[in-house]
Amino acid sequence: MDSPASYFHWGFILISMPNLLVILGMIVLFAVALIVPFPHGKEGEDGRH
Amino acid sequence: MDATKRVIVPPVPGKPASWTLRVRQAIDRGLPMDHLLPDRQPYYVGSWVYVFGVITIAALAWVIVSGVVLSFMGPQWWHASSLGRFFNSLHFWSVQLFFIFMVLHLWGQYFMAGWRHGRAATWMIGVVIFGVSILTAFTGYLSQQNFDAQYIAINAKDAMNGAGIGAFFNVLNFGQMYGLHVMLLPIGVTFLVVVHIVMVRMRGVVKPIDAEGGARP
Repeated sequence: MDSPASYFHWGFILISMPNLLVILGMIVLFAVALIVPFPHGKEGEDGRH
Repeated sequence: MDATKRVIVPPVPGKPASWTLRVRQAIDRGLPMDHLLPDRQPYYVGSWVYVFGVITIAALAWVIVSGVVLSFMGPQWWHASSLGRFFNSLHFWSVQLFFIFMVLHLWGQYFMAGWRHGRAATWMIGVVIFGVSILTAFTGYLSQQNFDAQYIAINAKDAMNGAGIGAFFNVLNFGQMYGLHVMLLPIGVTFLVVVHIVMVRMRGVVKPIDAEGGARP
């Protein structure tokens, strides 16, 4: 825990692995939120839930 | 003429003379209770993307609750006792969740162009919340009362001085940073979040670009 983080270095991009993992996790979570169907309640006559 | 005699101004037709009545009527028009506390939502709100904003608010609530406990007990408690370290961690990790889900909410609103149909002010207040939140987190890192906070302060001072704001925003001044972190900035974030939510409720959730039907435009 006290040792410095390793870094991902690709061209001009330099980012620590923990930060890179958080960003990748956020992108995955965003994609999952778009794909996974939302549980729907009873729909009203006007199309509202 | 009697100086104590009150002059009664006749009301203008269609416009009430009483300012309290005018304010009440404006609130009734702009934010009726069924908009403020709706029990049903348009069909397009049925997506997990809309949950990001709610999780952000929940994380903010945890940030505030844990922050109040930390400010009440003080640095010795949050560094030296197990319960204090637990609340310290609760504060830190709820801030991480707050930022992660705020950015996911931002992505969602960006891709659905959430500023359409008169919602530009709502979007811009969200931008300001993001900026003030970063400032709040920064002063929080400076308020930890450990070597990490000292390291950040010593390194940040040159950037602040280089930007010309070091004279009135001194990162080496713990009292100033702590005061900003526990008082002024949280009040600012909370107030702006309340305004942001009220504005969302006034106009409703923005319709998807290709959506038909549903509720308000």
